Amino acid sequence: MSTNTEVVIYDKKKVTWFKLDVRAYTMIGALLGIWILFGFMNDRFLSVTNLSNLFLQMSVTSILAIGMVLVIVAGQIDLSIGSLVGLLGGIAAILNVWYEWNTIPVIIVTLAIGAFIGFFQGWIIAYRAVPAFIVTLGGMLVFRGMLFGLTGSVTIAPLSPSLKSVGQSYMVDIIGWIFGIVALLVAGYLILRKRSARQKFGFDVEPLAFSVTKILVYGVLILGFVNIMNSYKGIPVPFVMVIVLALVFSFISKNTTFGRHIYAIGGNPEAARLSGINIKRRILIVFILCNSLAAVAGLVLVARLNAATMSAGTMYELDAIAACVIGGTSLMGGIGTIGGALIGALVMASLDNGMSIMNLESFWQYIVKGSILVLAVYVDIYTRNRKKSV
Amino acid sequence: MTVALEMRNITKEFPGVKALNQVNFSVKKGEVHALCGENGAGKSTLMKVLSGLYPYGTYDGQIMINGEERQFEKIRDAEEAGIAIIYQELALVKTLSIGENLFLGKEPVTFGVINWERVFRESEKWLQEVGLAGLNPEETTGNLGIGKQQQIEIAKALSKNAQILILDEPTAALTEQEVEILLNILREFKKREVTCIYISHKLNEVLAIADTVTILRDGQAIASHPIEQLTEDKIISLMVGRELKERFPRKEAKPGEVVMKVSNYSVQNPFIPGKKVVDNVSFEVRKGEILGIAGLMGAGRTELIMSIFGAYEGQSKGEVEIEGKPVKIKNTEHAINHGLALVSEDRKRFGLVLGMDIKNNITLASLAKISPMGVIDKNQEIASGDKYIKSLRIKANSIETIVGTLSGGNQQKVVLGKWLMTAPKILILDEPTRGIDVGAKFEIYNIMNDLMEQGVAIIMISSELPELLGMSHRIIVISEGKLTGEFSSSEATQENIIAAATGGNKG
Repeated sequence: MSTNTEVVIYDKKKVTWFKLDVRAYTMIGALLGIWILFGFMNDRFLSVTNLSNLFLQMSVTSILAIGMVLVIVAGQIDLSIGSLVGLLGGIAAILNVWYEWNTIPVIIVTLAIGAFIGFFQGWIIAYRAVPAFIVTLGGMLVFRGMLFGLTGSVTIAPLSPSLKSVGQSYMVDIIGWIFGIVALLVAGYLILRKRSARQKFGFDVEPLAFSVTKILVYGVLILGFVNIMNSYKGIPVPFVMVIVLALVFSFISKNTTFGRHIYAIGGNPEAARLSGINIKRRILIVFILCNSLAAVAGLVLVARLNAATMSAGTMYELDAIAACVIGGTSLMGGIGTIGGALIGALVMASLDNGMSIMNLESFWQYIVKGSILVLAVYVDIYTRNRKKSV
Repeated sequence: MTVALEMRNITKEFPGVKALNQVNFSVKKGEVHALCGENGAGKSTLMKVLSGLYPYGTYDGQIMINGEERQFEKIRDAEEAGIAIIYQELALVKTLSIGENLFLGKEPVTFGVINWERVFRESEKWLQEVGLAGLNPEETTGNLGIGKQQQIEIAKALSKNAQILILDEPTAALTEQEVEILLNILREFKKREVTCIYISHKLNEVLAIADTVTILRDGQAIASHPIEQLTEDKIISLMVGRELKERFPRKEAKPGEVVMKVSNYSVQNPFIPGKKVVDNVSFEVRKGEILGIAGLMGAGRTELIMSIFGAYEGQSKGEVEIEGKPVKIKNTEHAINHGLALVSEDRKRFGLVLGMDIKNNITLASLAKISPMGVIDKNQEIASGDKYIKSLRIKANSIETIVGTLSGGNQQKVVLGKWLMTAPKILILDEPTRGIDVGAKFEIYNIMNDLMEQGVAIIMISSELPELLGMSHRIIVISEGKLTGEFSSSEATQENIIAAATGGNKG
């Protein structure tokens, strides 16, 4: 009657975060694979001009994906943001071109309208219990219709130079360098601080050499990025907006009670409600944030195109959802990160850009993008299941 | 009697853990064979091996059925060999009819078209077999009580020609009456030589129904005896490997002032207008006492406390006073702010975010406390998680362990930790020890005692009468939504509580 002690009594020395990072590294590896592939097939893909273009192109999808991560993590969906990008870009162009408003009021009013639409949609979803799929599917049609109605189905152009600069300008070289160096210092500080905090609580930490290597890799990436961008025109302003928004929302999702509540609601709404979380209000706020970000994306797009068109933003909601899902967000809710969604957006933008450069016909582009989406999720589910059954 | 099933030298390893170690398990034809052991002892793993969930080759050892070695590659193989499992969580599609459920996956068809006539005719026959004669097989399954659903599940197993029926905690959600019905069905099966493997934490049932008991501990078969040689205490000591002196570590109360007073409280049924699930109930609970709430399943106990906690859809009427002040609790946030905490009966559904880790679950209801300006202080979060893991003795690798991977008893402790962190004045426990093993139960009772001594008022709903009698200082009884009895601990007996719990029917 021997008793083997299989149950490990609480031992906080074990950590799980090495496992967590494997996913992120896989995604980055896949991205690099795509780049190398396109680089081989067409030598223009990895040129400085094109890379600058690529980061400009990924901006709109990225901004939308940041909002979409919150929505999906909360267990909801928003199909209306593509049409919203079109409508809000259209409104900005109307105010700027037809009514000759200045840039700042145009931006403020567009953002306010985006927030209000988010409030309205979120209210119907959270307080009137109509499924988000239906409300935002309706919104997708309604907003596209409003765009046609408001503009009389004509293209509105050109915008005032200052509004145009929201989507088309670049950072001066020196500011780009300062930006890069500050980013590197902050990243290094955060890595070391996390390390020492874990040490303080007796958690296992990665070896110091590993932390230092990580900082060095970040350094090469960040400064290399700044260098490449500066050797063309500088860092595109929309991309700077993406980085700032991503940092802010990443912080919100990981470090605030609001963010934690969103994950809990998506993970188990009943348990969240019984823990005193006001689910309705949280979901309302999530939609306000998501649709405000759609307003930002609408402004960036209209400024980059220097025109409001009828088809602007069509199917962008699907690109944003795809970016989230490729980046590891679970459509069941409760799981997902903003960093992952950005990589997902970069994957989508790289595919678009690479195939355009190769002059692939557009029917191929649809087929390839759709297949990659399904493949990415298949690989993800397959690796997760295998881990489970070991 | 011949041997229906023999499992020889079964060893099953997971990385770093030997879940089963050379287990021998032999079941005679037509007997009810109980399998007892604490959570994590290996009962479920053994049954998963038997039912083909872990395919042949992933474990060592042999499975012999009627003297013939069998190798199951998948669940279907085991089913074809006559093995059927009835899980704790029922596997019925609640929106389909009884007949549709019984024939799910094996519908009788002619040219691809289902012969509904036959489905419902044969369903009636199977329903009769499990004591549900007269039930309309076209009834939607979800409209039935848990007890009847379980009987349907058994009928489904029988209709698949099951020779060996495995019941995993079949009575966890049943009332005493429903348990009696189930045990009678099993007695009927004995006569017809259907073999049953019965897994249960409820030892009184094991003693009432089993012919043989096998006890597992730490992945090994410790003993296998005919029931005549065993007593409840003997089984427990074999399970835990030591003598358990007392099952209920009762401490006497020093009741202080009234913390919560509920007067003339009624709750409407949210689905049937005009029907009340709780009807004019009044009670109070004092500082430093454990108030037990007894009643049958569906009597309205859970609805009463969920409504007081602001988490029930049905309209409520009546007054609630906390520390002498009338309060209106509209939602769970208010309830928590007024010092209420509710450990609900279904921890997976209402208590935990299973995909989150231990520390995130523990802090979930009191995030505001550790988040100045809405920003979570991660250091304090770790410290809080640490504190409750130690004080509640939660067994886990790390505070970053995902709670979905913990055992039932440890999950329940995480839920308790979450509510303790809110520093409640009134702790409501709804079936706090359901589905957890003897050792963990004992620890939870001790935690309740500590809290009581610290001056927390505890309300405990339980369907296990020995637990209510063993731990409570006062017991109120609810029957069909009405208060039908109140007993001090000296007055309360099994008999008068059951009389009050069923008394509502007699009027």
